[in-house]
Amino acid sequence: MSEHSTYVPGNAVEKWLDDRLPVVRFAKAHLMDFPTPKNLNYWWTFGAILVMCLGVQIVTGIILAMHYTPNTALAFDSVEHIRRNVSGGRVIQATHAVGASMFFVALYVHMFRGLYYGSYKAPREILWILGVLIFILTMATAFMGYILPWGQMSFWGATVISNIFTAIPLVGENIKQLVLGGFAVGNPTLNRFFSLHYLLPFVIAAVVALHIWALHVPGNNNPVGVEVKDSRDTIPFHPYYTMKDLFAMVLFMIPFAWFIFFAPDILGHPDNYIMANSQVTPAHIVPEWYLLPFYTILRAIDFNVLFIDSKLGGVIAMGGAMVMLLVVPWLDTSKVRSGNFRPMFKWFYWLFVINFIGLMYLGAQPAEGIYTVLAKVCTAYYFVYFLIVLPVLSRIETPKPLPTSISESVLGKNAHA
Amino acid sequence: MFKSKFIIAALAVVVGLSSVSAQAAEGGAPIQKQNWSFGGIFGTYDQNQLQRGFQVFREVCASCHGAHLIAFRNLMEPGGPQFSEAQVRALAAEYEVADPTADGGVRPAVPADRWPSPFASDQDARDAMGGALPPDFSVLAKARGVTDPFPWWVTNYFTGYQEGGPDYIHALMIGYHEEVPPTAPEGFVLGDGQYYNDYFPGHAIGMAPPLSDGSVTYEPGEDGSTVPETVDQYGKDVAAFMMWMAEPHLVSRKQTGFAVLLFLGLFAGLMYATKRKLWAGIEH
Amino acid sequence: MATQAEHTTTNRRDFLYVATGAVGAVGTAAVVWPLINQLNPDASTLALASIQYDVGPIAEGQSVTIMWRGLPVFVRHRTEAEIAEAKAVPLSDLKDPQTDEERTKPGHEQWLIMIANCTHLGCIPVGDAGDFDGWFCPCHGSHYDTAGRIRRGPAPANLVVPPYEFISDTLVQIG
Repeated sequence: MSEHSTYVPGNAVEKWLDDRLPVVRFAKAHLMDFPTPKNLNYWWTFGAILVMCLGVQIVTGIILAMHYTPNTALAFDSVEHIRRNVSGGRVIQATHAVGASMFFVALYVHMFRGLYYGSYKAPREILWILGVLIFILTMATAFMGYILPWGQMSFWGATVISNIFTAIPLVGENIKQLVLGGFAVGNPTLNRFFSLHYLLPFVIAAVVALHIWALHVPGNNNPVGVEVKDSRDTIPFHPYYTMKDLFAMVLFMIPFAWFIFFAPDILGHPDNYIMANSQVTPAHIVPEWYLLPFYTILRAIDFNVLFIDSKLGGVIAMGGAMVMLLVVPWLDTSKVRSGNFRPMFKWFYWLFVINFIGLMYLGAQPAEGIYTVLAKVCTAYYFVYFLIVLPVLSRIETPKPLPTSISESVLGKNAHA
Repeated sequence: MFKSKFIIAALAVVVGLSSVSAQAAEGGAPIQKQNWSFGGIFGTYDQNQLQRGFQVFREVCASCHGAHLIAFRNLMEPGGPQFSEAQVRALAAEYEVADPTADGGVRPAVPADRWPSPFASDQDARDAMGGALPPDFSVLAKARGVTDPFPWWVTNYFTGYQEGGPDYIHALMIGYHEEVPPTAPEGFVLGDGQYYNDYFPGHAIGMAPPLSDGSVTYEPGEDGSTVPETVDQYGKDVAAFMMWMAEPHLVSRKQTGFAVLLFLGLFAGLMYATKRKLWAGIEH
Repeated sequence: MATQAEHTTTNRRDFLYVATGAVGAVGTAAVVWPLINQLNPDASTLALASIQYDVGPIAEGQSVTIMWRGLPVFVRHRTEAEIAEAKAVPLSDLKDPQTDEERTKPGHEQWLIMIANCTHLGCIPVGDAGDFDGWFCPCHGSHYDTAGRIRRGPAPANLVVPPYEFISDTLVQIG
């Protein structure tokens, strides 16, 4: 871990500390001197943006927990109390709610960047898998957080999603009761979701630390996808990428602030301003936008396959959609990482992006008519992309010639410009 | 190439964010959007309108609808109807609130107290209202919305349109018919104790038309100006008041927002210049 | 390669870096402050920081306990005898010297309004008790007189008079 270290303790105190806990040496090696490819584009700033998002959610979340009451009788009003009475509460609460959406915007950009530039390929499989783990943990955290305001969508979202467990043969009903702490969503559910919603972000932070560790072993991938050859290919992380990342963070804060201050409720659903009522279901139950693609896949399976009924089939498909992400390093065996040098891959990739947006759109539509057909088509392509397109392309595609090094590609680009 | 990637990414964000648009008013007629003083990024509440809306609420709505998150003191806070402290104290004293430490368990309200609900419980309300529960008004304006047809809701993310609730409430107030109109869905039958409304989902609403022209008397303004005493005007005023109840810090929130966006614009510019300077010697 | 260019731009570059850093520091402070300020009492708490209480119904010789800012407050309608007794005490007899006038409002001497926590360790003293016809704290034996002044026992100071004023003949605003 300290092979890049150039740290020389400046005085006796630093030396004393360095002999016992080389934290300054570590920070210098990994946060400042770390050799980073010089050709990273702005899509690479989303990692830092995600760290910021996690920080914002944790800080605002700790504050909200100081004023919030996890009790079915009081939760809804306590969130309103935060908005109305706590100093700056309207903005802090809006930051947390909008922040969840912004977190997923950055998360999806970060993942699609990885998919395009082949960042999951050897030797970065563990790095990628840890990232998928963070994605799943973040979805779970966001889902539980959405229950806490105890509005209609909170309650019915929890009801619908917890019923997923009943699809499991034999023990499904028991698992559901175990998760909910009752026969239906109620006060025990709210309390434990609050507890877990508070805990999981710190678990995520720990996995992020592993993710960055796994990043710093092979070093960054880059838009060309050619490994770093020598020091001419890299620049120190600080000040070059710290500055670039900070700039990107500030840019990212602009739409963030727009939503917080001028449209704080537009990303939510009006029904969540009605307190939870176990006797009335809203006309449409829609999860938050960032869960919609997977929700569509869950709903798309409305037919039985052999002994698997449609409900279990949907759950398997949704779980499978995440498993695809976990195993993609072994499905795409092409030696070329960057999509820039893969003429056929590019087309399928962008179709996959559009398909994913389609899945997102369909999740918010009623499951009827043309929408159910489209949902099946889009779900099918999601799996085809991973299970057929990527493995086949790896065999038949002729990639464009790769530059021999990063510095060569940089010089070539600038010569053309 | 690079541009097209940005466009696709932007599209992904927009479509993703907007697929959960407001859909509370489906099953009703299309709703006419109103020109609210608090709409848009520069919008602020009209104090006179809020005071009129409060009058309509108090004289008409409050006999059945509660607003349990509103405290009397809110009525004198900046950005709202901003009655004087003496007015609010006098108003509060007209109401009784439960207080276990007081003689007889009730005492006159003070500004710190919440608006008392007209019924002791939801069940009492249902029993009194023939089974229909009059919803609490505290956040009702944000619990309703209007659906814009595809793709127009996309623009809402850029205009910050948040006035679907007031639009719906105003429409509901002007949407009553004395009898089932020819525009009703085929085979529509109105039940007992129900009324036909163009904009209510399903058209059959349990609330009798609460307002009629002239039913609330507005005091003329200090300069002698008058406001029409019509259902349309009452509807607008009470919808504006309900929006304020649901979002009392709207004005200060937007003011802070301007400062924040201006700051971020300036800071982003400086950051960009710094970043460029720093990278000037690097081929990348 | 670019050393000469670097020299000529050094000043501008330094200025730019300092300006960016300064603006960033201002922005950080502007974010941090509300995150701390939210810890302060919220609007619903502040709304109860000042209360109004009508002392009219309290008969002579009676006292009531009301709540103010989460603390119990004694409101006592003193008898003529109690007032006379309080006024007769020489200041030299007092551990925490304060005249009766200093502990009441002019024209309203019959009303004694005090926070009901013993200044020793915070217990609530018992009324109409003790060796000085005032209050007696059962926890550690502090005696207060008819003006709520400490006369004997471990308490170091008189019972605290909260900030208050009469806004009409019988309406008191505390806080």
